[in-house]
Amino acid sequence: MKITLAYGGGGEETNKLIHDLFYKNFSNPVLESAEDAAVVEMNGKTAFTTDSFTVSPIFFNGGNIGKLAIAGTCNDIAMMGAKPEYITCGFMIEEGLEFGELEEIVKTMAKELEKAGAKIVAGDTKVVPAGSVDKIFINTSGIGTVIKPGISAHNLKKGDVVIVSRDIGRHGTVVMAHRYEVETDIESDCKVLWEEVETLINAGIDIKAMRDATRGGLSAVLNEWADASGVGIEISEEKLPISDEVIGLCEIFGFEPMDLANEGTFVVAVDAKDAEKAEEILKKFNSSASIIGEVTDDRKVVLTSPWGSKRYIELPKGELLPRIC
Amino acid sequence: MRIKYKINGIVQGVGFRPTVYKIAKELDLKGYVLNSSDGVIIEIEGENQNKFIETLKNNLPPLARIDTIEKEILERKNYTDFEIIESKQTTKTTSISPDIAICDECLKEMFDKNNRRYLFPFINCTNCGPRYTIIKDIPYDRKNTSMAKFKMCEKCYEEYTNPLDRRYHAEPTCCFECGPELNVKWKMENGTWKELRIENGEWRIKKIELIAEKIKEGKIVAIKGLGGFHLVCNATNEEAVKELRRRKQRPTKPFAMMFKDLDTIKEYCDLSAKDTELITSKEKPIVLVKKRVDLPQIADGIDRYGVFLPYTPVHYLLFEYIDFPIVATSANISDEPIIRDSNELVEKLGNVVDYILDNDRDIINACDDSVVQAVEFEYITMRCARGYAPLMKNVKFKMDNGKWTMENEKDKIDRNNNSQFSILNSQLNILGVGANQKNTISLSFKDKFILSPHIGDLGTIGSIEYFERTIDTFRRLYDFEEDVIICDKHPYYESTKWALKQNKKIYQIQHHYAHALATMFEYDLEGDYLAFIFDGTGYGDDGTIWGGEVFIANRHTYERVHYFKQFKLIGGEKAVKNPANMAVALLDDEIAEKFKNRKLAKNLSKGSFPLTSSMGRIFDMVAYLAGMIERNEWEGMSGLLIEKYYNPEIAEYISLADSRGCGVKKEIDFVELLNFAAKNRGDFELVSSVFINSIANCVVEISEMYDLDVILGGGVFQNKTLLSEILKRSNKKIYFNKTIPINDGGISVGQTAWGIWNL
Ligand SMILES: [Fe+3]
Ligand SMILES: [Mg+2]
Ligand SMILES: [Zn+2]
Ligand SMILES: [Zn+2]
Repeated sequence: MKITLAYGGGGEETNKLIHDLFYKNFSNPVLESAEDAAVVEMNGKTAFTTDSFTVSPIFFNGGNIGKLAIAGTCNDIAMMGAKPEYITCGFMIEEGLEFGELEEIVKTMAKELEKAGAKIVAGDTKVVPAGSVDKIFINTSGIGTVIKPGISAHNLKKGDVVIVSRDIGRHGTVVMAHRYEVETDIESDCKVLWEEVETLINAGIDIKAMRDATRGGLSAVLNEWADASGVGIEISEEKLPISDEVIGLCEIFGFEPMDLANEGTFVVAVDAKDAEKAEEILKKFNSSASIIGEVTDDRKVVLTSPWGSKRYIELPKGELLPRIC
Repeated sequence: MRIKYKINGIVQGVGFRPTVYKIAKELDLKGYVLNSSDGVIIEIEGENQNKFIETLKNNLPPLARIDTIEKEILERKNYTDFEIIESKQTTKTTSISPDIAICDECLKEMFDKNNRRYLFPFINCTNCGPRYTIIKDIPYDRKNTSMAKFKMCEKCYEEYTNPLDRRYHAEPTCCFECGPELNVKWKMENGTWKELRIENGEWRIKKIELIAEKIKEGKIVAIKGLGGFHLVCNATNEEAVKELRRRKQRPTKPFAMMFKDLDTIKEYCDLSAKDTELITSKEKPIVLVKKRVDLPQIADGIDRYGVFLPYTPVHYLLFEYIDFPIVATSANISDEPIIRDSNELVEKLGNVVDYILDNDRDIINACDDSVVQAVEFEYITMRCARGYAPLMKNVKFKMDNGKWTMENEKDKIDRNNNSQFSILNSQLNILGVGANQKNTISLSFKDKFILSPHIGDLGTIGSIEYFERTIDTFRRLYDFEEDVIICDKHPYYESTKWALKQNKKIYQIQHHYAHALATMFEYDLEGDYLAFIFDGTGYGDDGTIWGGEVFIANRHTYERVHYFKQFKLIGGEKAVKNPANMAVALLDDEIAEKFKNRKLAKNLSKGSFPLTSSMGRIFDMVAYLAGMIERNEWEGMSGLLIEKYYNPEIAEYISLADSRGCGVKKEIDFVELLNFAAKNRGDFELVSSVFINSIANCVVEISEMYDLDVILGGGVFQNKTLLSEILKRSNKKIYFNKTIPINDGGISVGQTAWGIWNL
């Protein structure tokens, strides 16, 4: 069965979609009250974010676009030291999408929400003519109560230690591998990160800054931080966790693992005194978590090779222009 | 009458004035000689005054070079003597000589038991020794060099101030009494470094003997040369070389070797007359020559060695104790500049070396060894550094129909009117900052052009800092401040990024046009030329990556008349190492079948990768498809393998140019060459020969369609076989860079030349 334009028409099909698919899977009283707007209870400082998701292919090793849509928004909230609570969700569906595929996406979203302890409280669905979007686009917004205030990209100080929560480059590599029809066993890192963050907070780690390394990868996060805080960051290549499969595929595709998107990997800067403890906690969630470097005062983002030569880590470039003559 | 000469060229700090003094005395002339910021000024009176210039030209000191002589006839002053006048104002020396290998006279003294410098490891004179590497500031006086801390003893001072002595004003002159000291550092079991004390009287030679012993034992040592340290081990000891490779994490890239003498080189290599000439030249560069005896681990897989002779007293003393060749490779960590001092060496390469032979004469400006290669009766420069650089050229300007042109006259200006000098002085100061790899910088001011020594690849922060430091050094040494900066069009070149950050007027010159301009500059070419520029990659005017280009070019502009058919650079920059997918993607389907990455390659070919016409990548693809390489382990590997398997008996080729048709196509389709390589996979000789023949014939056929002389440029022409085959097959006048690097080391030259001609 395929989704037709009629599903977005507001009539019987639309109703079926909403009740039999969304309400059933996202079931909660606020959503099911079906008012014009969701009314929720919030206390104190609140983190609020939105993001739209498109990915091709929509199903990939380790996840699908629905998982991405929940993880992406929940992670942005979590990165501010806030617990993701209420999510809104808009679907833009290309006419012709298999109903079964949509159902699987929705089920994945529900499962992911449960892990995060968050709820979808409002939503919207549009079905657009073939060719207007690529299969399905999802927008999610979310809010959550700030548990640990004061986390900010502006907070880094010389001597702070930078930790990455797991090996980098997986999501981008998996997606590219699918596009080029390269068979691979590696899975996207796509995942809601609230549990990790909550554990760090509960352990009293002095967190300076946190960011999930999505588009632009680790390179983008480090450069944004250095810029925002007016500091430098020095990373040790030896300590940077990257799986051999990712390295191998990146050579074929011409990418730098550090520039590639992750969807369940975050970078955290902590006070030096807490660094080892934080690393230990993160290793319990993923054994590849690693201290990768520290904050310096020379305003450059630098990668040190095992034999001591240093290179700048720059913002990822749009084009793969070689400089080798 | 009194004749006044103004002489320019390399005439300062090379023993020029003493020579003038000696000749004047011999010819019984009166007057003076003086160094000025404009050049050397000489006034002479006397009967023999007309013999003076001729005698001078025939007796020039070895390092001197006269570019221009200006002459003025004046009223007689009745001088009573001939003297060397010490310059009053500080002279802005514009001719900083490159460092020169120890000369024969100094060698003779060093091995003369009765000489006071017998076995002295720092012996030098006005004709040899360090220059550029020890200078901190201008003028070139001892106090502005790293020899400043060594106060000359009486005997040395006497020589230094005697115009008839061959050490007259030899700034780094010294002896046992007053010179630098060798010292040996030794890594102890626990990894810490200790300075070895040898207290008995024979300290000098003992230290060198000890190092020689360690090399014999198979240890890895570092030896301080002129512009940096070498990592050294016994080249005939496979285990030692293997260990050096392991410690330096350099698995296969060839090492250069230093030999005791020419005869020893001949035991291992076949030398042409041109090879011998280059090897024994006073610059003592590394020369790439034909391997005869295979020394494992040195240059496995290829048929060539990089060889050179000793060039410092220390090297000669070392070879008193050993007669086998030694590996002598620049001491640096991968992609970083050569190391200048032993503390840095211990810090960065402490794990690599066991012993260090150091000395306390500081290296101010690092400088690598030069690398050259004979091609037929000519040669090409692959790295312009020690011995050659800073490379200075005199450029003269004149007004020609209101347009700027350049004359590069050697030794023939005889003129009385100075009106042209006001024009010279209005000329802009130009800085060309070069490419991202094999970077060099070039300057032009007044009538001078200067090319820096090889700086290297700007891939690491250390090398970018070295690039910036070299710009500062050159600004200081030539009292130079640029008005305009000329850089490449590539937005990601570090040199371009640096240029764009400066608050100066910027011009960006296309990479391959700069290669062509560099050739025009070396030979002072005017008018249109057909330029074949083949290299790795360069940023094209259309935003794609060029590299197999045919231009009609002149000093002012160029037109891209042909290019190798563009293909997708699958894997971007990483395709340089891994050409497999890019190559297989271009093959015809039925031929591609034998490759296991066929499906992957086809899928990847749908991706968005930059388009390129790179000849370097075509070489890589051919080497891969023929089965010579899996990956390109080091730069130039595929090219050298193709050369190795080239068989001149195979005349077969594939026509790419189709000159017999009604005109050649703009796009040169080479894919048939790839299909041929894949079809004949395993037959290295056939593939290599057909490939080289086809490219050479393509160049010849295209050049025949134009009524123009030909320029060949770009890194691919480091391929001696390709270059020779073109020279052999073509009837055209062909120019290619000789003293200026033919690879990206020449890019800054082309940039600056464009500025000289167009701004
Ligand atoms: Fe080039
Ligand atoms: Mg986001
Ligand atoms: Zn000498
Ligand atoms: Zn002395």
